[in-house]
Amino acid sequence: MTAIDPTAHLTAEQIEELGRELDAIRDEVIAARGEEDAAYIRKVISAQRKLELVSRGVLLFSFFPPAWLIGTAGLSVAKIMDNMEIGHNILHGQWDWMRDPKIHSTTWEWDHVSPSDQWKHSHNELHHTYTNVIGKDNDLGYGIMRVDEDQRWHPFHLGQPLWNFINACFFEYGIAAYDLELGKNLSKRRRRDPEFRARAKAVGRKIRKQVLKDYVIHPLLSGPSFLTTLAATFTANLVRNIWTHSVIMCGHFPEGVQVFERRSIKGETRGQWYLRQMMGSANISGSRAMHFMTGNLSHQIEHHLFPDLPSNRYAEVAVKVRALFEKYELEYVTGPLPKQVFSAWSKVFRLSLPNRKPRANTPDGERELVAA
Amino acid sequence: MVTTPLLPSDYLDLVSPLRAGADLRGRIEAVHPETGDAATLVIRPGRGWRGHAAGQYVRIGVDVDGRRLWRSYSLTSPPHRRDGRITITVKAIPGGKVSNHLVRRAKPGTLVQLDQATGDFVLPQTKPAKVLYLTAGSGITPVMSMLRDIALDDVVMIHCAPQPQDVIFRKELHGLVADGRLRLTEVHTDADGRLDLARLDELVPDWAERETWACGPAGLLDAAEELWSAHGVRERLHTERFRPGTVVAGDGGDGGGGGEVTFSTTGKTVDADGATPLLDVGEEAGVLMPSGCRMGICFGCVTPLREGAVRDLRTGEITEAAPGVLIQTCVSAAAGPCDIER
Ligand code: FES
Repeated sequence: MTAIDPTAHLTAEQIEELGRELDAIRDEVIAARGEEDAAYIRKVISAQRKLELVSRGVLLFSFFPPAWLIGTAGLSVAKIMDNMEIGHNILHGQWDWMRDPKIHSTTWEWDHVSPSDQWKHSHNELHHTYTNVIGKDNDLGYGIMRVDEDQRWHPFHLGQPLWNFINACFFEYGIAAYDLELGKNLSKRRRRDPEFRARAKAVGRKIRKQVLKDYVIHPLLSGPSFLTTLAATFTANLVRNIWTHSVIMCGHFPEGVQVFERRSIKGETRGQWYLRQMMGSANISGSRAMHFMTGNLSHQIEHHLFPDLPSNRYAEVAVKVRALFEKYELEYVTGPLPKQVFSAWSKVFRLSLPNRKPRANTPDGERELVAA
Repeated sequence: MVTTPLLPSDYLDLVSPLRAGADLRGRIEAVHPETGDAATLVIRPGRGWRGHAAGQYVRIGVDVDGRRLWRSYSLTSPPHRRDGRITITVKAIPGGKVSNHLVRRAKPGTLVQLDQATGDFVLPQTKPAKVLYLTAGSGITPVMSMLRDIALDDVVMIHCAPQPQDVIFRKELHGLVADGRLRLTEVHTDADGRLDLARLDELVPDWAERETWACGPAGLLDAAEELWSAHGVRERLHTERFRPGTVVAGDGGDGGGGGEVTFSTTGKTVDADGATPLLDVGEEAGVLMPSGCRMGICFGCVTPLREGAVRDLRTGEITEAAPGVLIQTCVSAAAGPCDIER
């Protein structure tokens, strides 16, 4: 938490005016949504399916090294597309307006061990409503890391670079555990809670299906290529996990991103909510291919302002949003992927140690971070 | 298991969307203009199509500006066309999103969603000896399927349209007349005014003895039902009503509107104003409503809208009920009476 509130120069009226300007940007996109957008998501879905089919086909011959390489690369990309540009965005309801029951937030299931409905709750509802509010938004450090100077240090945090690395490799499992609030729910009493048990069961079923598909059925189908196909799917999942973890770290961890205290969001107005999203998110700059492979989460700031606008519109929205940042003299945190990943990781390392500087001597929870 | 979390059909749909076992769809193969504002669409239905009886209609789902909209249209093809295709004939209604799209913008090659044919506006098993068809405007479409299906011995038709050039299938009708298979009276309402059923005695003296199929605007059908009842021959009259006009949404603007909200699963009905989110309305009434962020971002409150119309409190946009239409109850308010599936 920075000692200085970067939004202190804004008056309450300015914040509400900012909110209205953002609403106008949103309305414009909503009015313009149409045939081309629908064609876009259909094309992406169909391309993803074809790529996955072809890659899995190639992997049937994965004992032949070039086939292994091509198949693994294709499958990795297919899995990334499924999770990012397709799954994440459909589950946000970005495409619900099409009224196609097959491409709808209520019916979509993704190639991920966390069942869609559980993920929607923890991500859409908790993370997007309470973005960067310590104690409310568990995406901040996933409950296993210290992400802010003001959080109390514990010897456990010494290991957080390692925890973070392990989490990156098995990210989808980390997410599933996190959606289940596993840490909190492992106490004896909570474990017996029927609702928790039902959800844990659902995750178990999903894991079983995913593992069976990736590590048993497809390797078996490849016959003599059993082992190499197994290695290929494992690699593809690993690549996908590390990639999504990196992209997601860039969304809220890099230097310059603000976190907020619980009490600062009490009675938050729409303008203040928008402002918190703006200050709590960071972008990744790069080519169109880069934006696509991140599922347009490279436009994290825009995504947090308008989580249900179709992802293919974020690029054009970003131009207008950035102009507002300038107008209101706010910092638009962005940078190329390597820089942002490095920034996020150095924070993880830095905060694994106790702070060198004692923090400002305001009593706990006294500081208002959002100008009220 | 091989394709989880998708189904094998999700992949098969990529190559063969009309195969047996797929969700029922059709492919538009040709669009033939009929009049200035009507066109016939030739559709190849998927393998799952179970056929239709003359006079039935089909629900079809069309993507207009990226949004799937469903409408019902009478089938105009006879059952069992040799080539397996079916046709619907659509008249563009002013402001009609789907009808205008189909008449003016539909392209061959496009996929549409289909339901099985349905409706009981059909001929009986045993051929009636004498038949009267009483139609107006696009009310001729289900009757055309009957005319094309089987030749009956004694058929009279009265058809109303504003002008001669507005008569859909005019050439074909006159062909039937020339072959002596049909006696036709055209009423051109621009010149002659609306058909007064009192003229029926003069146009078709034996109308009361005829098995009658009538299709057209509500006014015409109401008048016909009254007349047939008055003569004690109501059971000889078969009518097909177009879907009742679109729901009248309460006035948009400044939070006016509102209406009676029914939560059909729980059987609760309450009055709601046009400014209170339906989520609150439901909870207030003691209905268990799913919810999450309560501010329109998490989509955790999405619920089917069965009937009526709602307004998006953020944009003012009106959404009307149709099968498969889901709304976010936390940012939607009643725009007139509506029915929420909860
Ligand atoms: S409750 Fe979150 S969108 Fe309605």
